Order: sequence, then structure tokens, then C-alpha cells
Amino acid sequence: MTIKKHKLETRTVTALVNDKPGVLNRITSMLRRRGFNIQSLAVGHSEIEDLSRLTVIVEGGDDIVEQITKQLHKLIDVIKVTDISDESIVSRELALIKVKSTPETRSEIVQLVSIYRAKIIDVSSKSIIIEATGDYQKIKALQDLLENFGITEVMRTGMIAMNREKN
Amino acid sequence: MNKEIIKNGSQIVCESLLKENVEHIFGIPGGAILPLYQVLPEYPDLKHILVRHEQGAAHAADAYARATGKAGVAFATSGPGTTNLVTGIATAQMDSVPLVAITGQVGRPVIGTDAFQETDITGITLPITKHNYLVMETKDIASTIKEAFHIATTGRPGPVLVDIPKDILQEDGIFEYPESINIPGYKPNNSVNLKQIKKATKLIQESSRPVILAGHGIKISNAYDELLSFAEKCQIPVINTLLGLSSFPANHYLYYGWPGMHGMAYSNLILDQADLIIAVGMRFDDRITGNPEKFATSSKKIHIDIDASEVGKIIPVEVPIVANAKNALKELISAAPEKEHTEWLTQIDRIKNNHPTLKLRETDKLIPQYVIKQLHDLTKGQAIIVTGVGQHQMWAAQHYPFNDKNKLITSGGAGAMGYEVPGALGAQVGRPNEMVWSIAGDGGFMMTMSELATIAENRLPIKIAIMNNGFLGMVRQWQELFYEKSYVSTQYNGIPDFVKLAEAFGIKAMRVKDKTQVKGAINDAVTHDGPVLIDFVVESEENVYPMIPSGQTVQDMMEEPSSQEIK
Ligand SMILES: Cc1ncc(C[n+]2csc(CCOP(=O)(O)OP(=O)(O)O)c2C)c(N)n1
Ligand SMILES: [Mg+2]
Repeated sequence: MTIKKHKLETRTVTALVNDKPGVLNRITSMLRRRGFNIQSLAVGHSEIEDLSRLTVIVEGGDDIVEQITKQLHKLIDVIKVTDISDESIVSRELALIKVKSTPETRSEIVQLVSIYRAKIIDVSSKSIIIEATGDYQKIKALQDLLENFGITEVMRTGMIAMNREKN
Repeated sequence: MNKEIIKNGSQIVCESLLKENVEHIFGIPGGAILPLYQVLPEYPDLKHILVRHEQGAAHAADAYARATGKAGVAFATSGPGTTNLVTGIATAQMDSVPLVAITGQVGRPVIGTDAFQETDITGITLPITKHNYLVMETKDIASTIKEAFHIATTGRPGPVLVDIPKDILQEDGIFEYPESINIPGYKPNNSVNLKQIKKATKLIQESSRPVILAGHGIKISNAYDELLSFAEKCQIPVINTLLGLSSFPANHYLYYGWPGMHGMAYSNLILDQADLIIAVGMRFDDRITGNPEKFATSSKKIHIDIDASEVGKIIPVEVPIVANAKNALKELISAAPEKEHTEWLTQIDRIKNNHPTLKLRETDKLIPQYVIKQLHDLTKGQAIIVTGVGQHQMWAAQHYPFNDKNKLITSGGAGAMGYEVPGALGAQVGRPNEMVWSIAGDGGFMMTMSELATIAENRLPIKIAIMNNGFLGMVRQWQELFYEKSYVSTQYNGIPDFVKLAEAFGIKAMRVKDKTQVKGAINDAVTHDGPVLIDFVVESEENVYPMIPSGQTVQDMMEEPSSQEIK
């Protein structure tokens, strides 16, 4: 069993954006149009009314992130953009993974799930749904392991990230 | 409540436009925008020019904006009316032109149902506008229009589209124009970072072979005088981009032409030999750089641009200055040292003399370069020139040098054929007291010639010179040079009689087939006080030189075959 190493250079950019119809469309349209590679994009309400926070995981080096940051900033509905890749951050993603199971494999799956501090949230005679939270590496690793049993469906929220408070 | 301020949505639009000092609107009505048209007679200060195609409205408004520095305004109705604007909006976006498009949308209750003439125009124009709006409440009309003009005209200008559903145009509301504006996500930078000016000054101090590469930003920020003072103070030669032409006097001893794919050979060579390029209000378009990795590799770069995302996008830059060109140049003028570059200027004069790109070929045939040269001389170089896209555009830029400010109006970034006629229309409306010449391609002319009707109706004294080569000439040139003369779909078989055509529109017209008739025809056009069209039937397979083929370098430059031996 090999755990594939995540090789691509990625960077984490967060943005504060207007919570209005069409804003996400503007952002994704710009990213697509300019050919930026996005590994994940997650958006949700922020602590400020009418503003959302967005986390984008970008593939590419410094110059690409600089362009993305500047191009995001140019969008009128984007209020603040921060490249937090070089800062101390916590990042999490939620994944739901449906995996095939038989009476013989079930206990092995349960064990794996507990090692990864994931949760089993549904069990049927043929499959199990697992809820896992973690950073990119952790979810990737769990997913790779579960692959051996046969994954039938994966749903991921995309990464969200936040700066740690400096003491 | 004060009855004065109760207006319907359409009246609120008009009141708002008046607050923005709008004088002219180019457009075509239709169902969704009809309520807005029906109140126009109440607002005689808003002069509406009925064009014949919405592409004409967008190009005319764009050229009006370029000619005046004010935002150009276009109206169109939902569905096909708005999609017809698209080429014009994209053109304005590529060339940073302040254009405000106001479009009628189907009523709110039916949005999203594929109602008659419903098109998601905010979706369609999302990547080709600086910003756009779908107004969903009558109370938001005034503030949205204020924001639209603010966004269109400040920072790096660009097109803004405001889509307004029909029921809102009909609904009563209160007209209150906001005094101030606060868009948290839009704060154009008006200051200049003096630390960067200091760094730039140091580079200028150290440089012995500096060049200023001045673009559209000079015209947009009205930095003509600053550019001149800066160049003179530091004795730095000036090269223009295509869109920068007429930002610096061509007869000035520090002027050294324009570079790029069809620019002057010497301009390209000078850029290549410089040790410092001070790029102002330009964006290193691929038509200038060719292969960006091999572009001007001997030089450091100072890049002044209002748009931070342009800095470092194509070319690595030693000193970025994110600022309005005028403000940045002002700071540079006071910080930079007075300098002499006698040796460098002598060196580049030698380059210029060895590559006399603009010398006309001796021939009795009617070549388009000759026509443009005559046009230049007979109009004393003072006309406003509006072009289409193609060979004639390049020849116009080469053979019609400008000494005065803001005289060339051309579609650069988008390269939109069909700009020549509606562009001339917009320019003439914006600058009624100057002579406007449209230098047109036969191909581009046929794309939007319906605006001849608008020109005739409004008795606009525009002069149109068609460089009729019977070809989509620029494409034919590529076929000749890169596809062994395989002229696929570039030759017109059956060109309409442009003279009769113009006459059908009520426009005076002449045909010129012989070199000896050129001056007479141009003089006739100049003295005629209405619109004139001249069909110049020119040599059909003339090529534009020099040429640096797409993606290549100054070393790959092809010069006019006959001037080759001078090298
Ligand atoms: C709307 C549009 N369609 C196609 C092109 C591609 N194109 C670039 S130049 C050119 C030929 C233009 O022909 P014409 O207007 O006759 O000018 P000429 O080059 O002959 O002077 C074409 C087809 C374009 N730039 N714009
Ligand atoms: Mg032609």
C-alpha cells in the first residue's frame, strides 16, 4: 500500500468578498478565463454581515499567486485578498466518503476510520459512509487507503484556512 | 413627500445621466428599454443618436470616449440588442476605454424563464467588462449609475454595463443622487510611492541608454505635458505604443517612432539596445514584445501603470510604480536628474538613418502608403484619424505622424474590424470642430457600413478613405508570407461599387484609381462641408513592412525588400 505524495506546489489565498448573487461566478469566471489552476475553492458567510470568506488553493509558484491575488483584487466585489501560504495557518476540509464493505472488510474499515479520527455516519449492508475532517494530506491519505475496499462516491467541501493568532 | 423627486425608473436613469454630465447617447430602442426611450423627449440635453446596429453604438460610444476623455454611453434593448453590443464592449475592455452601456432587460417576474428576448447579458459580458450590474430595485438605479460612471472612468478605465429590467424602468421611485460613493472593494490608487520613485531615479541616473515607452495611459491620464517635460529634462528618447500615438509630438527631436510587429525597424532596434526602459501606461502587449523571453533583454525596466496586475504580468520589472501616469511622471520630473545622452542619441540616430522604414517605394502605381502620406500632408497632419484593423491600420499609424494630442483612434487590443465607420461617427460627435478621417479597409468597411446612414442623417462631415485592395489584406499578407500564397477566403470576388453605395446613403463619393488623382480627391473632400467617401482602389498585394512574425524577436524582423540592401 503506497501513499501517493502530493507533489504540486500549492498556495493558499483567502479573500473577503461581497455576499451577493453572482460574486462566486465572477471569481470562478476570472480564474477560468486566465487559466489558473485551482485545487479547491470554498466559500461561506464570514463574521461580517453581507461579506463572505473564500479560500482558494492554487497550484503554482510565487508569480502565479501574485497574478491571482492581483486579478482577484481587481474584481470590484472582492474587498480584501491575502496570500497566507507563508504564514502559520490551520486548514481543514470535510469529506464524505462512501466505501464498499462486506462483513469481512467492515472491521478493517472501522479500524482505519478510528486511526484517522474520522467518523462512520451511515452503515448499510453493502457500504459505509465516512465523515473525515482534516487538512489536504490527511484526507488524501485516508482516501488512498480506503481505495483498496472500493470507494463509490466522494464529496469534499474544499479547503478552508485561517491564520493562527500570533502570541 | 416632495413631488419633484418622485420619478419613474426611466426618469431616474435620465436624471442620473445628467448628473454625470452625459450629453450624447448612441443606441437603438426595443421592447425592454422602451420606457427609457419614451422619456427621452423630457430630457433635451441628452442627445440620442440613433445608430443602425448596436455594434455601431458601442464602437461610437467607445470612440467618443477616446476622443473626449468622458465616458461614452450606449443604450440597447434586451436580447439581440445587447448581444450586438458585445464586440464593442470587448473592444473597450481591451483598450481601457470608459464606456457605460445601459441595457433594458425583461421584467423581473420573468427573468430566468427564457422570456421573449431574454439574454443573460451580465453573464455574457462578465469577462469583458470592468464591472456590470443587474439592477433589481428602483431605489438602486441612481446609486448604480453613479457607481458605474465612477468605475468606468477612474483607475484603469473600462466598460461597465448596467442591465435594468423593464418593470423597474416603469415603476415609480424617488430620485436622489448620492453625493459620495463608497465601494469597499474599489479604491483606485491616486498616490505615488515615493520609495519607488527614488529607486527609479537611481536607475535613470545610472542608465546611459534609456528609452521611454509611452502608451495609452499618457492619453488617459492627460499626461502629455508631463511626458514632454520628463523626456526633455532627462534627454530620454520616446517611443510610443500604437495606442500611445499622438501622446508625444512626432516632430520632436526625442521622438523615435513605435515598435512591435509592424512598428518601425529602428524603434524595435532601439528598444533592443537600450539599457533602461521606462514603460509608462502600457502593458507589454505581445504585438510589441514578440517573444517576451527575448524582448529587450539588455535593459532594466521601470514600469508605471495604474493596474497592479499589469506589472510583472508579461515582463519582469526592476522598479514597479503602481500609479496614475500623470502623477508618477510629475514625481519623476521633480526627482530625476537633468541629464545629457549625447552619445546614445547619436547612436540611435544612426540606427534610424540606417533603417528608413517610412521611405515610400518609388512607383507610379497607386499604393496605400502613398495615399496616407498625401492625406497627412494635405490635412497638415491635424486630422483625427480613426482606423479599422488590418494593413491600412498599420500604414495609417506609420505614414500619418501626429504632432498634436489625442489624434489617433484605433482598436488596438481587440483588433476589431468594423471599428472604422462607427468609430469615426463617435469621434466626430465628440469633437465636432475637428476634421475626422476614417481610414477604412474594404473588409472592415463592409462590416459596419450601415452607419453611413447615421452619418448622413446627422450630417456629420466625416471623410472616409477606403483603402480598397479587394482583399482581407492583412490575412492575405500572412498567407503570402507563411502559407505559400495560398489565398484561402481572403479575396473578394465581387466588391460592391462603394461610390454608388455612398451615394445611395446621400453621401458625396469619389473613386480614385490613379496616383495623379489622389491630391485632387483629398482636397475636394477637405473642402466639402459634409461627409465624403473616397474609394481608393489601391494595389492589391502590397505588404506591410517591417514585420516581426508573431512570437518572434527583433532579430527575425523582415524589412521592406527594397530597403534590405541598406542594412
Ligand atoms: C471582426 C474581425 N474579424 C476578423 C479579423 C481578422 N482580420 C484581421 S485583419 C483582417 C483583414 C482586414 O481586411 P480589410 O478591412 O480589408 O483591411 P486590409 O488589411 O485589407 O487593409 C482580418 C480578416 C478581425 N481582426 N476582426
Ligand atoms: Mg482590404
